[in-house]
Order: sequence, then structure tokens, then C-alpha cells
Amino acid sequence: MSTLLALDGVSKQYGSLMAVDGVTLGIERGARHALIGPNGAGKSTLFGLIAGTSATTAGTIALAGEDITRRSDSWRARVGVAKTFQHSSLFLSLSVADNIALAAQRLTGHGLRIRTRAAHCPGVAEEVERCLALVGLADRPQVRVSALSHGERRQLEVAVALATRPRLLLLDEPTAGMSAAESGRFVGLVESLPPDVTVLLIEHDLDVVFRLADRISVLHLGKLLADGTPEQVRADEVVQQAYLGSGAARELFLTSPGSP
Amino acid sequence: MAAPVSAGTRLQPQPLDPPARLRWYGVVVVALAFVPFVAPADVAATATRILALALLAVSLDLLVGVGGMPSLGQAAPFGVGVYAAGLTARELTPFAPVQVLVAVAAGALLSALLGWLVVRSRGTYLLMLSLALAELVHTLAGKWDALTGGTNGLVGVPALTFAPGGEPVRLAGLVYWWVLAVAVVGFLVVVVVSRSAFGRSLRGIRDNEARMSSLGYSTFRVKYTAFVISGAVAGLAGALWMAQTRFASPEDLGFHVSAFALLAVVIGGRGSLWGAVLGAALVGVIRDEFGPQLGGRGPLLLGIAFIAAVYLLPHGFAGLRLRRARTQGHP
Amino acid sequence: MLTWLGANYITMIDGVALGVLLFTIALGLSLVFGVMDVLNLAHGALYLIGAYVAVQVLGGGSASLLAFAGAGVLALLIGGLAGAGLSVMTRPVARRGHLDQALLTLGVALVVADLLSAAFGNDVKSIDPPTAFAGSTSLLGDAYPTYRLVVIAVGLLLAIGAYVLIERTRVGALVQASVADAPMVRALGVDTGRLVTGVFAAGGGLAALGGVLGAPILSAYPGLDTRVLILGLVVVVIGGLGSVTGALVGALLIGQVETLGVSLLPTYASFLVFGTMALVLLVRPSGLLATGRSA
Repeated sequence: MSTLLALDGVSKQYGSLMAVDGVTLGIERGARHALIGPNGAGKSTLFGLIAGTSATTAGTIALAGEDITRRSDSWRARVGVAKTFQHSSLFLSLSVADNIALAAQRLTGHGLRIRTRAAHCPGVAEEVERCLALVGLADRPQVRVSALSHGERRQLEVAVALATRPRLLLLDEPTAGMSAAESGRFVGLVESLPPDVTVLLIEHDLDVVFRLADRISVLHLGKLLADGTPEQVRADEVVQQAYLGSGAARELFLTSPGSP
Repeated sequence: MAAPVSAGTRLQPQPLDPPARLRWYGVVVVALAFVPFVAPADVAATATRILALALLAVSLDLLVGVGGMPSLGQAAPFGVGVYAAGLTARELTPFAPVQVLVAVAAGALLSALLGWLVVRSRGTYLLMLSLALAELVHTLAGKWDALTGGTNGLVGVPALTFAPGGEPVRLAGLVYWWVLAVAVVGFLVVVVVSRSAFGRSLRGIRDNEARMSSLGYSTFRVKYTAFVISGAVAGLAGALWMAQTRFASPEDLGFHVSAFALLAVVIGGRGSLWGAVLGAALVGVIRDEFGPQLGGRGPLLLGIAFIAAVYLLPHGFAGLRLRRARTQGHP
Repeated sequence: MLTWLGANYITMIDGVALGVLLFTIALGLSLVFGVMDVLNLAHGALYLIGAYVAVQVLGGGSASLLAFAGAGVLALLIGGLAGAGLSVMTRPVARRGHLDQALLTLGVALVVADLLSAAFGNDVKSIDPPTAFAGSTSLLGDAYPTYRLVVIAVGLLLAIGAYVLIERTRVGALVQASVADAPMVRALGVDTGRLVTGVFAAGGGLAALGGVLGAPILSAYPGLDTRVLILGLVVVVIGGLGSVTGALVGALLIGQVETLGVSLLPTYASFLVFGTMALVLLVRPSGLLATGRSA
């Protein structure tokens, strides 16, 4: 397997605070890679740096061998980096279908077309239908997003990201706020993604992590604490020590059901 | 609530299916076409000016309502269109379509220049910048005597003709029909833009620009394109204004014109293009019919209308329709 | 260079006087904008109120310095009250976005301007400077109106006062923090409502005081409100949001561009203001001395 995403000494400094501190990490093509760590470990910040919504203060980020450190978020999106947001970031006054269509029509090149009617974009309606079906919102295409429940918004968030047909999919706590059923469906969805889609996932639900991930990185206080297969990480003493601070997390961590 | 599925759809007015919508447009246009038959010439002239202002309001609504770019400077492309049409008629040809084309080009060009600066900003900063730039263009029109006639205005504009070298059209009714026909075309252009894939992108930016960027859009390109289109339509509205008034003054670029258009958009309901037309008609009638009766206290009336609109009509006419639909449990 | 300066320094001092007046407008505009993200389009009207206060109190001919000071205090009070009133008016629509608040202040501006023109007519009303400063002072051999020098002095004192208030006091620190991140300041438990009303009132008072100061130079007439508002906006765009120094630098720059431009290149004067603003925007999109956000 080759490396799709390579982080080298990536750092983000806010004043005197190192939110992300010299993270060097490679994500394999097609991996299901989970990023875990306590709150404030810098996971979401790292996602922002990878997606390009904020700039690194040091280090380089390469996608498929190309340095993208200084590229804008929209440029990265066009080469296949998609991100879902921890707090849903959607188009509230538009319908569910239009939210996905916005992602789809950028891909089909209709985003700037004035003579193409929104309702008749070739290829867009099919893509909308496909993504809605994937996340289980197929019966609600015309509902306004502002009328969706929290869990439904999380699902739509994933659908919008999928509609960009990403090479690298960054999922920031996708199951937060989902019901157990929704969460289960989500795991199925990620499992059903084409194997060439690389998934990097921030997740607090270790159930989900161990069902999905074939590789886990642990972030603590902005630093990469451990990186390896689920078994390696589970056995890592440094990781166990880092989690000792919060007993509950440790327990969850050690007693979670076996990996797939 | 009958079924969960309808919960969200009820929050917006049910869109008419396209044939019904077209029928409505047709009915309105035919009704408007009858105005010269039933009204005296001065009313037709007022109606002509209101049509031009309605198109201006529609062009602004594309920015404010659809694109979420609250511009206070729409008078700039409008006024430049007025001058461009007048100068074309006086110096080149009074043949009406040429005036329209030149005005559209002038409005688009000006917006292309100003937009380069304005579109980079958002929110309050955009309000401020668009206002400042438009006012500078306004001042310029008053100072550039050689081209604009300065504060005396642009005079000696001939009546338009419907054929190159043809008879000047002087009948108010005929001018009205010409303006109505062109305004309908301009309105439909904005409708097409608004309902296009591009229009959807524009709404996306209005709702959540950062997300559009992270979906891979160049939000600057989308906003800039909308700004130029809006300027072109405003320039067109300027040509229609000139077709009736045959006079241009720096005040056509003034802040009051922008304020008027904005009030029309707000009263009509942001993002509702027909609402902007209705708002312009209402504001225009109030200003032209009731303003003089109050002894030139037009600005006072305009100011009160603004305050009232902000407090009482947060979503404009379109919002009223929506509220009624909700209270009646409309499906 | 020296001969050029010799020929133009009088114009340049005029420019400083205009700049100082613009500063009284721009500072309030910039702080209200910075602290609560409201574009106060009634700010020009507040200036005009001050100018008409001067006309009303001092219009009868030459006035004593005391009467002038009285007019200034009265304008400060009226402007402050009006500013506080505006802050109360905009509060119910604060959640509805920038446009609604701006439209509300626009409505107020139209109403105020129209009432003023109804009360004072459409003529240009000029007033004389206070008798003590009515003469001229010899400046490098040329006679220069003393009053303008006084305006410059008073304006610079106001600028220093504002600088000290904003940069050196607790209240000023809160204002600055609000410019940078208003939600954060709210989260810290500060009563931003009172802060905002205070900033609004101070800005309004300052603008009205500027109206009194400027009345002997710029007079008072319908439409002056729009002119000073636009110049104030240009100053804020150039200087950057929420910064006292930025407002001062921008105001002095535009003062020079306006007066020198009109005197040296009368044909291109309005291009020059436009060009200056466009240039600054292209080089420094958030203004020369911005402290807050750029958009």
C-alpha cells in the first residue's frame, strides 16, 4: 500500500499554545484510520490543517506525494479532500436535496452554469438520490435543513461529504448525537464505501473505532502519542498511561468489544 | 402536523409548479400592458419609471436576497446605465436597442470594477464599502462636467426610435410598452439566473460561505459573477429610466436611489423576486403620489417606511404569505 | 520640494483641520462598527445635529467663547442621547443581521435629516467662529484663520483623550476586546449591552461635538450629513476597524487628499479619494492599522 496523506512535523500554534505539536504521520491509501484522544488533544485542529481551513505554523502536508501545505481549502476539496464538521455545517435555508446537489454540481462542473436549471443538472439528481439512500434520508429530500433533527443533520453532513466523491474523507465525530440505530447504520455506511476511499476518523465512541479502524493514532496534548494497528495501540503502555487520568475512558478503552 | 415529512416543507411557501407560475407571469404582464389604455399619459409615465425601478430592485434582490451580499450601492450601475443610455442616444443613435445594450455593458463594466473590491468583503464591511464606492461614483458624475454635464445633468437627449433613423417615439404609451417588454426580459433573466445551478451555488454562499469553499467552490468567482450580472441588469434598468425621463442627473447615482431599491427589496421580502417588483411598485407610488402631497417630505416618509419595514415586516410580503399559510395549516 | 511646500502648506493645514473633523466622525463610526458590528448610517445625521445646534445657539452673529463651549456641551449631550437611543433601537434586531440594523439607522438618518431641513430650511447656514479666535494668526509670514488652528488643537486633544481612554483604561480594554471578539467578552460575563450603549453614546456625542467644531468651517446644510458620513466611511475603510490611531491616520490622510486634491488637481479630486481607498484596499484589505477582523 502507498501513502496517500503524509504529515511531516505539522504544528499549529495559537500564541503560546501548541494545539498541534510536530505531528508526523502517514495515512495509507484505502485505510480506515481512526484518530483518538481526550478532548483538547488537538484532533479537530489537525483536521482543519489537513482540510486547509486553517494554516499550519510549521511542517508540511503532502497528498499523494504533492505538497499541499499552502493550498486553500477549496483547492484541496477539488483534489478530493472532504471533511465533515464536528458541529454540522450545512446550508440551513436549502432543502436536503439541494445541500447534496451543491456538492454534486461542483463535481459535475455545473456550479457556475447559468443556463443549466438547478432542477435539471445532468447527473446531479442521481448523485443526490444515491447519497440520500446511503445515509438513510431518501424519504426526506425536500425538507428544509433547518427542520431536521440533530441526528439527521449529522447524516446529511456525511452525505454532503460523500457527494464530493472524496479520495480522502475526514470525519469529525460523525456519530456524536446519533442514536444507537443511526450510529449502527453509519458504521455500515463506512464499511460499504469503495475500498479506494481513504477514511480518517475522529471518534469518541470506541465501539465504532474498533469496528471500523484498521489503524489508530492517539493524539494527546497536540502530540502524536502512538500509531499502529488496534492491537498495538491497545497494548501500548504510554497510551494506557495517558488515559489513566480519566478512569472512565480507560475502562471503556480496555473493555470495548474486540476489533473486527 | 399531519406527517413528519411535511414539517419542513411547510416552512417555505409552496413553490408553484412551472406552468402555473408562467401563467401567473402571463396574467400580470397582460394586465400591465393594458395600463396605457386605461390611464392618462402622466400615469403611464409614472408607471414607466416604476417599471425601471422595479427592475433595479430585482437586480438588487439577486445580490441581497439570493446572494446574501447586502449592497448599499446599487445606484452606481443604475446611474451609469442612465448616463450611458442618454449619451448613446444623444451622441450616437436614439435607436432604442443600442441604448439598452450600451447601458447593460456600462453597468456590467462598472460592477466588474467595483466588484473586484466589494465582493472580497462581507457583512457590515460590504455595506460600508459598497456605499462608499457608490457615493464616490456619484460625486464623480457631478464633477465630470465634460461627459456628464455636471450638476446641471445630462440634457438634450432625443426621444428613442424603434428603427435606426426612424420616427422619434413620443407617445407615453409606446414608451411604456417598450419599457415593459424590456423589463420583462430583464426580470426573466434574473429568474433564470436565480433558478439555475449557479443560482443554487449563490444561495449556498448566502447560507454558508465557508462550507461552499470547503466543497471546492471558488466563492469569489460565484459572488463576482453575480455582482456583474446584477450590475448589468441595473444598467438595463437605468436605460429604461432614461427612455422615459430623457434626463440624467448625478442624483440618479445618489444614495436615495440605492435606498429606494433596498426598501423595495426588504418590503417585498428578500430573495423573492416578485416581492421586489411589488415592493418597488408600492414604494414608487407612495413616493410619487403621496410625497408631493406632504409638501416634499418624501425622505421623511421613506425614513419612516424603513423603520416600519425593519420592525414590522422582517420577511416582507413574502413573509406575510408564509405566516398566513402557517396559521391556516396550509398543506 | 521646499518651494512646493511653501506654496501649499496653507492648504495642507486646511487639510489637517478637515482631517481632525473627520476623525470626530470616524472614531465613533469605527468603534460602533467594531464593537457591535453595526454600520451606523445615522452617524452623519448626528454630526449635522451638532452643526445645527451651533447654528441655533450661535447663529445670531459673533459669539463668545463661553457660548461656543456651551453649544459644544449641548451638542455632546444631545448627540450622546441620540447615540444611546440608536443603540436601544437596534437591539431588538441585533440577531437579524447586518442589513436590518443598517436599514434601521438609515431610516433614522432620513427622518432626522428631513426634520432638520424642515426646521432650518434648505439654505447653507454659516456661523462665525467665537470672537476670541475670529482673527488670523501669522504663520510663517502668511495670515491664517486662528479658528482653524484651534480646531486642530482641540481635535488633537480629543484624539489623545480617546487614545488614552481606549488604550490605557479598563473600559478601553473591554472595548478593544469586544472589537476583537465580542462573543468571548460576553462569555466572560461583561454586560456588553451597557458597553455597547456607552460606545454608541460616546460616538454620537463626539460626532455632534464635531458638528459644532466644524460649523464655522463647513457650515450646515442638508446633504452635509451624507458627505461627512461617506468621508467617515472612507476613513474607516482606510484606517481599519476599531482603532483610534487608524481613524486618526485615515482621517488626516483623507483630509490631505481632499484639500490638496481640490487645490492642485481640481478635475481629479474625487478620483483621488476613490483611488486612495482602492489602493489601500488592494494593499491592506483590512485597513492600514486594523486591530479587529477584516470582514
